[in-house]
Amino acid sequence: MKYSKEHEWVKIEGDIATVGITHHAQDKLGDVVFVELPEVGKAFKQMDEFGVVESVKTVSTLYSPVSGKVTEVNKDLSAKPELINDDPYGNGWIMKLKISSPADADKLIGSDDYQKLIEG
Amino acid sequence: MDYIPNTDKDRQKMLSAIKAPSIDALFSDIPKKALLKGALRLPSPLSEPELKKELRSLSEKNTANGHRVSFLGGGSYNHFIPSVVRHLAGRSEFYTSYTPYQAELSQGMLQAIYEYQTMICNLTGMDVANASMYDGATAAAEAASLACRHTGRRNVYVSEALHPEYRTVIKTYGRFAGWNIEEVSPDSSMKDPACFIFAQPDFFGRIEENAATFSDVVHSKGGLSIATVDPISLGLLAPPGDYGADVVVGEGAALGGAPSFGGPGLGLFACKKAFLRLMPGRLSGATVDDKGRRGFVMTLQTREQHIRRDRATSNICTNEALNALTATIYLSALGKAGLKKVAELCLQKANYAKELIKKLPGFSLPHSAPAFKEFVVSMPFSAKKANEALLGKGIVGGLDLSLFYPERKNQMLLCVTELIAKADIDRLVKALGEVK
Repeated sequence: MKYSKEHEWVKIEGDIATVGITHHAQDKLGDVVFVELPEVGKAFKQMDEFGVVESVKTVSTLYSPVSGKVTEVNKDLSAKPELINDDPYGNGWIMKLKISSPADADKLIGSDDYQKLIEG
Repeated sequence: MDYIPNTDKDRQKMLSAIKAPSIDALFSDIPKKALLKGALRLPSPLSEPELKKELRSLSEKNTANGHRVSFLGGGSYNHFIPSVVRHLAGRSEFYTSYTPYQAELSQGMLQAIYEYQTMICNLTGMDVANASMYDGATAAAEAASLACRHTGRRNVYVSEALHPEYRTVIKTYGRFAGWNIEEVSPDSSMKDPACFIFAQPDFFGRIEENAATFSDVVHSKGGLSIATVDPISLGLLAPPGDYGADVVVGEGAALGGAPSFGGPGLGLFACKKAFLRLMPGRLSGATVDDKGRRGFVMTLQTREQHIRRDRATSNICTNEALNALTATIYLSALGKAGLKKVAELCLQKANYAKELIKKLPGFSLPHSAPAFKEFVVSMPFSAKKANEALLGKGIVGGLDLSLFYPERKNQMLLCVTELIAKADIDRLVKALGEVK
């Protein structure tokens, strides 16, 4: 699993990337009440905005950690946005992308660096 | 004597922090000749009785609204305000309170806003209404902004019969938002519209019978249908939800507010549920607390400017709570039957006036559509001349349309509300017939 400095995680399996927000991000946001999901088929470049996540405290923009085309979105989040709080790395995933530029992953950070970022 | 609490030493410290040599240096950008030299030339001090006398003589130079019969409308209207409205809205707990920062502490205010939203939804046939905006014009511009966000488009089509000042405000909003604003007649062709904004009744007082067609046309091109309404007319006319509007906005000042210098306004804003999260402003929501008791919460504030900064849905970060409360009390006092009665009286009296004026020699009606409470008359002389003559007889005439539409020479927009008596209308008609 890799991380963006904007607190998204990405898990890469073959040419498919699954994207969500980190435990740290959901903890700082507080109770998530709404997730604006991207449309399936839409293409994003690395660090393009792809949606927003709304909590009782604020609304936060989501950035795509890698370039690619959306193949699937987590429709469960429409009815149960709290999945992001309950299970940020599992059932709280947000979208899946077909990766268009595998080199993007090199620009992301690993778990040790992410840990340092949130502690820093 | 002034009441500035900081000392010379404080001031020196502040000046040195910003590296300014003196307070005067802060004003160095102002041209010297524009600066005041010496003291203000004011009259000598007066005792309280003298001052009151002075102020009274100044105020007597004005004619207060209501002292003369007035046929002036054009966006700001004289309607009857039941005494209970000002009595309740003027209570200090409402009248002196500022925006509730710890909103949930003010359950009464939140409940009042919730009731207001419910009434606006009922009147407009929309699913959600916000807690209100500044005025009808800014609400219309915010509706265009919502449509651009929703469609990802920039082409804002505006009816030529929308209030000219609303169109100016929309242009101001659009100038830096990159909108292409076109003023069109509803049947002209639209290309990739974000929305079509029209008025019902329109600026000329006409009841638009083809409103459903406007909605169908803009929908078929993927844009939103935005109606601006006179809330009083909704006592009689179909709610815009019935003719396909996606967003309904309007000036709500007529709901219990007096037309003092044209304000303060009350921006009505309601839309279909699909646009809830694109809607500007905040709203009050009903919920239950941890013991299951009903309560109210301020919601959707998270998308406002004080939290989302440059990514906020809108630059308006407040509502007009006191005016919304006034509207709520007004509508509660009138009830459904009362609002319908007010609307009926407006319609009947306006049409009585219209029929009589039409028969005056040299007068005609440029529009054939049915009128709600306003109508346009074409006269054998200028509106300016007519209004001067009317004023001489203690009557405030209509709006000179050549101010907004130079081609509408000799045309006047007259407004007749429920406050106008039949005798007043007869007096107006007689006076117009006597203008030389």
